Amino acid sequence: MAIIEAKGLAYAYPGRTNHSIKDLSITIERGEFVILTGPSGCGKTTLCRCFNGLIPHFYGGKLEGDLTVAGLNVSEHSISELASRVGLVFQNPENQLFALSVEKDVAFGLENLGMPREEIRERVDWAIKMTGVEDLRDRAPHELSGGQQQRVAIACVLAMQPDVMVLDEPTSFLDPLGAQTIFEVINGLNKKLEITVILVEHRLDLASKYADHVIIMDRGKIILDGEPRKIFDSEEARLIGVGIPRVTRLYQFLKEQDVYLRKVPVASEEASQLLREVLVRDRG
Amino acid sequence: MIEVKDLYFTYPNDVEALKGVSLTVSDGEFVAIMGQNGAGKTTLVKHFNGLLKPSKGEVLVDGVGTKRASVAQLARKVGFVFQNPDHQLFCETVEEEISFALRNFGFKETTIKRRVTWALNLLGLTQYRQTSPFMLSGGERKRVALASVLAWNPEVVILDEPTIGQDYQQKETLRQFIVQLNAQGKTVVVVTHDVEFVAECSPRVVLMLQGKILAEGKAEEVLTNLSLVAQASLVPPQITQTFLELADLGLPTNVIKVHDASRILLNLLEVTP
Repeated sequence: MAIIEAKGLAYAYPGRTNHSIKDLSITIERGEFVILTGPSGCGKTTLCRCFNGLIPHFYGGKLEGDLTVAGLNVSEHSISELASRVGLVFQNPENQLFALSVEKDVAFGLENLGMPREEIRERVDWAIKMTGVEDLRDRAPHELSGGQQQRVAIACVLAMQPDVMVLDEPTSFLDPLGAQTIFEVINGLNKKLEITVILVEHRLDLASKYADHVIIMDRGKIILDGEPRKIFDSEEARLIGVGIPRVTRLYQFLKEQDVYLRKVPVASEEASQLLREVLVRDRG
Repeated sequence: MIEVKDLYFTYPNDVEALKGVSLTVSDGEFVAIMGQNGAGKTTLVKHFNGLLKPSKGEVLVDGVGTKRASVAQLARKVGFVFQNPDHQLFCETVEEEISFALRNFGFKETTIKRRVTWALNLLGLTQYRQTSPFMLSGGERKRVALASVLAWNPEVVILDEPTIGQDYQQKETLRQFIVQLNAQGKTVVVVTHDVEFVAECSPRVVLMLQGKILAEGKAEEVLTNLSLVAQASLVPPQITQTFLELADLGLPTNVIKVHDASRILLNLLEVTP
């Protein structure tokens, strides 16, 4: 069942003549792990802002076309209605965290919904546990490292128990191991809780293995939309200059010389397995 | 040349960020400083242009101790591009932003005009000359920050996390650009944890851990050492991981670049391109 459906979406920020997104149609199924990528300035962040109603309600202007998220027409429902269904994790956690303790920050959204005290407590405990920041609950968010802040930002959104979680480059400030931990947390939420994940990401070498749907945008439009392996191996992805995983590039270089692997790899474990088959066969 | 001798640094809040670092960056070298968040990478390079002064030990830039020189003197030689462009940009137009330092260094107006045009062109920002830096995207703002430093032509360029927020194409452009700067004789120091980016550049790699230097050497040596890489909170390049898993078939264990990987495999399979 589709959880997000966009038809002929177009939007220009107030005061701008050019559209940041245009003629955009997508379907995202419930429970999918989607990677949204494309050159910077291609409209990824703008599209993310549509999903939870920041566009048009906060940024103004007119959102043309139809966008339904978790059964709600975005133009017709307020940000607060949408907020409990769609959580947005910002690129820079400093823009999102402000309270004096992690616990208070995680509770903030729930308090705003006017939820009973006991339920807030339960949800905060749960969200803090799911994201592995229990040790930090009494610390001030601004004192934490980038990676810790990013996990807290995810906890804040998770506490709302959204159907859809949109994460705009949530690991950009993290070292690779820290980023991997975040991807594992997100993947866990997706698989265990069946939260639909939309991850905006350039670091495809690290993130690709989790995705079952990849969307590539360029200049406000969707250029490619489908199964990751097919997309990373496509000529178009290379031409747009998306940083496809290095092992996928290796697969392509070999293919150009008529060396074929059984399938398109996106992660190193499968690449080594596929190469092993070819090398052993060659020796046998 | 930058010489760091047994450098200690403690922030005013008593956090000891550097605990005895010694390192030499020679003229014309290309060095990548890598390691986990909070390892002290940025603290170290902020000593190179005197933004921070040693608590103990010393840092010499072309033989002159940074404790005795002002940031203004040091900055002429050592340009620093911040991690977050918003910590660096403040003018109303991109042109003013790039002119700012040039004016402070006392360049003539005609020279300033010429340099600004050159820098804008170099980084593909010409169309934004009269635009406010704050109207630009994150990636574009980063390029404005870089342009404003390159404009005064420092001998050493320090880039703190240059690839953050950059898409693949911009990273490729940046990589070629850095390699070219280095080839023209500039000393380049990059602070980064972008392993794939470093793998494609193959500079000298310095790994830091908890305020100390953990290891240094060629990218091919350091990035393929799994235990060092893990200690530094990095993940080895995809190609390295793939090849290490095939070591039992006799594949080399020091491969970091995708082009090298493909060449080696085709050789093994006796395919001649």
